[in-house]
This record gives sequence, C-alpha cells and structure tokens, in this order.
Amino acid sequence: MNTIAERIYDFLKGFPPFNMITNENLLSICKSIEVHYVEKDSFIFKTNEHIKDQFYVVKDGDIGLFTELNELIDECDEGDIFGLRALMRQGNYLLSAKAIEESIVYSISSKLFDDYIATNTEASKYLMSNLVSNYRKTNNEEQHQKFLTHHAHSTTVLQDYSEELTANYTKNPIVCSLTTTIKEAAILMTENRVGSIVITKKNKPLGIITDKDIRTKIATGLFSINDSVSKIMSAPVKTYPTNITIAEAQIAMIKYRITHLCITKDGTTDSELTGILSEHDIIVIRENNASFLIKEVKRSKSVEDLKQIRLRAQNLLKRYIEQQISIIFVSKIITEINNSITIKIIENAVKSMDYPLPTSFTWLAIGSQGREEQLLLTDQDNALVFEDVSEIDLKKTKDYFLKLSKKINQDLKTVGFEFCPANMMASNSKWCLSLSQWEKQFKRWIITPDQDNLMLCTIFFDFEPVYGNKELVYKMAEGIFESISKHEIFLNHLGVNALKNPPPLSFFRQFLVEQSGEHKDQFDIKARAMMPLVDAARLLILSNNIKSHNNTILRFQKLIELEPQNKELYNDCLVAFKYLLQFRTEQGFKHDDSGRFIDLKSLNKSHRLELKNCFKAIKEIQELILVRFNLAQFL
Amino acid sequence: MIWFKKKVYPKFWNDYLIHFKGKQDTFINTLRFVVFDTETTGLNTKEDRILSIGTVAINNKVVKISDSFECYIIQDIFKTDSVKIHGILKEGNRIKISEKRAIELFLNHIENAVLIAHHAAFDVAMINAALKRMGLGKLKNRVLDLGHIYKKADINRSSKTHFSLDELAEQFKITQHDRHTASGDAYITALLFLKIIAKFKLKKEINLNDLETPISKIGLI
Repeated sequence: MNTIAERIYDFLKGFPPFNMITNENLLSICKSIEVHYVEKDSFIFKTNEHIKDQFYVVKDGDIGLFTELNELIDECDEGDIFGLRALMRQGNYLLSAKAIEESIVYSISSKLFDDYIATNTEASKYLMSNLVSNYRKTNNEEQHQKFLTHHAHSTTVLQDYSEELTANYTKNPIVCSLTTTIKEAAILMTENRVGSIVITKKNKPLGIITDKDIRTKIATGLFSINDSVSKIMSAPVKTYPTNITIAEAQIAMIKYRITHLCITKDGTTDSELTGILSEHDIIVIRENNASFLIKEVKRSKSVEDLKQIRLRAQNLLKRYIEQQISIIFVSKIITEINNSITIKIIENAVKSMDYPLPTSFTWLAIGSQGREEQLLLTDQDNALVFEDVSEIDLKKTKDYFLKLSKKINQDLKTVGFEFCPANMMASNSKWCLSLSQWEKQFKRWIITPDQDNLMLCTIFFDFEPVYGNKELVYKMAEGIFESISKHEIFLNHLGVNALKNPPPLSFFRQFLVEQSGEHKDQFDIKARAMMPLVDAARLLILSNNIKSHNNTILRFQKLIELEPQNKELYNDCLVAFKYLLQFRTEQGFKHDDSGRFIDLKSLNKSHRLELKNCFKAIKEIQELILVRFNLAQFL
Repeated sequence: MIWFKKKVYPKFWNDYLIHFKGKQDTFINTLRFVVFDTETTGLNTKEDRILSIGTVAINNKVVKISDSFECYIIQDIFKTDSVKIHGILKEGNRIKISEKRAIELFLNHIENAVLIAHHAAFDVAMINAALKRMGLGKLKNRVLDLGHIYKKADINRSSKTHFSLDELAEQFKITQHDRHTASGDAYITALLFLKIIAKFKLKKEINLNDLETPISKIGLI
C-alpha cells in the first residue's frame, strides 16, 4: 500500500462520482494520479489547444473556466471536476482553465476513466446527467409531478402517499429468553405496558407472545403460568426489514392473520431484532395522516384541539421531509391543514361576535403564506378586505372587522402561529381595509414605487383568499392590473428590485455570507437564493397580467405554458426553487429553527453542487429580466 | 595475487552506475526528480538505522503518484524513543524487507534522477552509510536540498537560516497528513518544491545548477 495514494483516496472518496465506485477501483485510480501545482493566473489548458488525454479534479484552490473572450463561465473548487466534457468530445478545448487562486489539481488519465469510472453505471449516470444538464432530474420527481397534475387536491392522493411512507415501528421491543416462565413474561409485559413480548436467542427473534396468547392458552387452563414461554409462543415469527411501508405491513397482517410483525436488521429471521410493528402502531399512523387531520379540524371543539392537530401536522411534515416526498405535495398538504385550521378559527370567531357581519369580507394570507411556501415555524401574515359600505358606516364597519381580526389573530397565536413581528396582520388598522381603500393603497404604491412601497408590493401582491367572499379578491387583482397598465414603469422598478440580490458564482470563494450580527458568516438562503426566484416569478407573472398564481413553483409552471421558448430556463428555476424549499425545510428540522441561515461548513459536496446549480438558474433568470425590462439604464 | 583481483559488485549496483554514463541534461522541465525522505532510529548517521524510505517522482513539474516507492526495513538495532515520532513499531503490521533489499530497490527506482529532500545531507548520509555496510560506493545522483532552494528563492526575509518541514508546509498552506511517515514527508516536500520553483520562475529562468548547494556547504545539519 502506498501512503500517498491512500491520502488521495481519502480525499476523493468524499466527492461524487468517486464515492460511487468500488474502493478497489478508486485506489487503483489514486495510485496513478498526477498532481499539478498551478500558480495564480496561470493556465492548465487554453481554448483551441488540443485536448490532453486527461481530466482534472481540484484538490485545493479555485480554477476558473473562461471563454475565448475571457468571460468567466464557471468556477471549480475543492472536489470539482473539469476538462471531462472536452475529453468525451475530443478535439480542442472550447474553454480555458486558469487558476483564480493558486491551486493543487489532480489529473486522471482517460484510460483510468475508461477502466474504472465509465464501467460503473451509477458513476457514469451521475457524470452524464451533470454534463448534459445541470440538474439531476430523477424519474421519481417526474412521476410525482405527473401524479400531482392528475389528482391535484383529492383526498385519495393524501391517503396514497401515507401508504407509501415507511412504518414507524416501535424500537427497543421487550424481549425474553426461551427459558423465561410465562409468569415472568407476563410481568415484563405488564410493567412495560406492552401487548407483546419477543422471545430471542442472541438477539434473533424465535417466537412471540401476545395478550391474545395469554387469554387463549393460559386463562383457559391449557398451560400453567410456570411453564416456559416456549410452550405457548407463536413460532417462527414473521420478520420484515426496517423500511417496510404501512401498506406492506397491513397486507402482511391480513395475509397471516397476525397483529404483530418483527422488524429485523436485514428482514430475515436470522438477523438482529430491531423493533416490533403492531396493528396499533398502524392505527396511530393513520390517525396522523393528512386527510385524517383535516377531518379532525372540522370535528374539533376547541382552540386547544386545533393546537394538538397542528403539532401532529408538524410531525407529519417532518416525516414527509425525511422521506424525501415531493416538496410540492408536502407544501400543498401543510397549507391545506393550516388553512383548514384558520377557517375553523374564523368561523368560530364570526359566531362569537355580538352582531352579525355588517357586510361580506375576505381573509387573506399574504407574503410567503399567500404563496404557500412557508412550511416551518409559521408566523402570521394576513390581511382583511371588506366590501365597500357607505361613508357613514365605514368607521363602524372597520371597527367591527378590526375586532373580529383581533380575535382571529389571537386564536391563531394560541394554536401556534406566532404574531408577525412586523405586525402585518389583519388586526392592524393599516391592513384591514375596504375594497376601495385597498385599491387606492395599491395604486399609491404603484405610482410611487420607492423602496418601502416596493417592499410592501412584494408582500401584499401575493395575497391568497383563505376565507370569505372571493369576488372581492378578483376585484383587488383587477385594480392592480389597471394601475400597472397606466404606470408601466412600475414593472421596471419591480424588476430592479428583483435584481438586488445577484447570485454568488461559487461557493466559499465569493460566497456572500452575512457580514455582521447574529448570523455572521452564515449564508442567508432565503434572501440570497429563494427571494430572487420568488421576485423573478412574481414580476414575470404580473407582467403577463396573471394574478391567480401565487406559488412560485406554479408561477414558473404557468410561465412555461405562456412562453414555451423559455421553457428550459423556467424549468431550471422551478427545479431550483423546489430544491431550495426542500433544503431549507430539512435544515430547519435539523437545527430546529427557520432553516434560513446555513453554516457553509456543514454542507456536503452534493448540497454544494445542487446549490451551485440553483445559483446558475438565478443568474440566468436575472439576465432575462435585465434584458426584457430594459433595466441596464436603471442600474 | 588474490588482492589484485577486481572486486565483484552485485548486478544492481552495476546497473545503477550505467545510468550515469554520458552527459546529463540540466533543464528542470525535462529532468526526472525523485523526492525522498527517510525515517530513522535517530540522528547519528553511523549508529542509527533507516526505518523506512518513501519517494515520489516529479517530471515536467507534475508529481507522478505512479512513480513512487515506499518500503519499511527490518530492524536489528531498535530504539524505543523514536517509535513515538514515527509510529513504526518493530513488529508493526507493514511488510518489511531487509536493509540490503531496500537499498537495491531504492537504487533501482531512482536511477539517475536528481534527488530532492528536505535537509538532504542527512538523508543522503543515511543511504550512504547503508551502502557502505554493503561494501558499495556512495550515491552518484545530483542532490537538491529543499531548505537551500527555499533560501535561494529569496521569498522569506527573516534572518532564520533553517526551516522545518512543518514551518514550510504551513507557510505554503499545504495540509499535512502523515507527517513523519517517509512517504508523507516526501509528498509534502514535492509539493513545496513545485510551489517554491514557481516563485523562482517569476523572477528568471532557472536551471539545475541554480538550485544545487555548493559543495562546501554540504554537511550535517
């Protein structure tokens, strides 16, 4: 063994596609690697040079890929591969590789590539998908997509997905040995309040005793309580692997007429027992699925009930995220549950008022809630619009709705939706207005698009009716478009606003981390990656005179329909946004916070690659906006 | 008469010497360099012994991992103090070979390459001592000392004259794995050599003679 090759091996092992090939093959590659030191500003290869018979991996430093016109196309840092596309294409290099910082670069010959990497299906798939497009579009993702377009909101979808979830079995089951007496086993079960005990030998399951066995075999006098458990246990047991789904578990229980399944490490009886899955566990899971929770909301009697349901919804969300269920689906479900809770609260609040409603109104979700993009630690962002009333009644009517809103906001808080720190809530008299007051306000923002007004536009234009008279909302939207059509320059201002956060080109190098404050040196994924996409989607959809789509993913889907010539770019943005939403939610669960600030050091290579792809999409959509809205003169 | 009889040298030694017939070029881009390091039982070139040798070659300013050599040597003399540093136990699980065999493989590997080491004089002296025990002559290769090249490059303005490998690695931001294994140190030395040479190049074209240590300065450090 060669110590140096081993070290190179340790390094490469952390990066795709090297982590996909066998250890033996990777070591063979490492034994023949060549190591280059590249001084800052010097070239590894230049455009139009004949290709060298090798590709490169950055060990340390930063390599830039430049066009002939010296335009920076991409930056490669630790673990990034370059020069492979040229190797596959043959001919001359189309780009130059130049060290932006002094770098150490490994080169791997095409022969090593052919022998050890191309022969591995997973690795070559990975490379192909990365060379051909920037995104990994898994079949799964497409299937989910198809699935969702066919049955958008129906309850069956909700049900089906929970069937596919892996079952949450009980870990650390209660066990005893073959020589244990029935009495001792029954005492163990009673002490631990369980309905079953597994008889094991060397931690492998041999048999099982359930409450039913005690009833049918002991209480009937067939056996003595001093007999050993082996006399009455059911054996052999049915064993399943840890990733058994709920549907599979249920089928097994029905098929074998049993109520308990043993979960073992590899799913066979000859492997270590890791848990037990009972019929009761399945009932609990069912009770926590989405459609069940929505039914529970309707049946709920008190705010306290709703609070419990919301907590269960949070757990459901966590399980969906853990199991990488499509984020579109997840956000739909969570929004659905949150909305049904909100509706229930509004209904109760209306009933509790001393007087009947003076006129119709609509409860609006705004900002990220209006876009259905807030999954974690939701705080309240809402507003209220009521039908126009006569001048004389206006104050009275407004006071009525303010009182109603105050109650609704308070109940939402009790359930677990925190107050909006910026007080963007319907109980704020600024955001509880009649239809014509809203229209006037929107018009004012559109005519004078200063920094503050633009910010308000980005929040309030994404309104979504949750409860009440939808007619009012259509009128509000019409008002917006009417004002915009008279003041088209507003869209240019909104465009400038959408470009205020340019994407970082590479990680770690020019990565824009926060410079001060609590989150110093952390990356603000919301402001720097998600908002640019949200802002771009809003601008483009408004410029197409569409208000019915608030959700950023749906907006990009609609844009693909409207502008098929930009399909690829919009799709890249859509994929990027889905990834960011999923990633942020995962991070939020991991760190028990909003997931907004990311510690760069905690990211693995595949996160970094995915995020890098997201930034590419952001860069391109911003370029499109710059050109389309002729913004060069504004910047 | 028996004492006139020409001494018979082993074949590997003769093969080694053949590489030095004829004139060698001195362009650093075409030369084969072998960077090497020895781990030893101590600093006394007469009494102490080589525990392991590690090398890696440089050709055309590229470190060739495939052109490297690593061996561990069976010990007759064994000092427990140095185990702490090198971690090479007398009965460690690395496959070990005899000193004779190690030297034979080493010469076979280096051929007429220009040798590079950090504090080269010591490593050369250790190899020469082993050669002497085998009744053979000294190393014939040209030798470059990394410390000397560093001073020549005139990068550092401090008055210090000796720099440890650790200090240099830190200055040139080389991550240090496997310090105090012969191969690990040889690899770090190789990277340092490339980095220092690059600084040199910025100033003027260089050739081998620019890098060599004057004979008078060769001595134990």
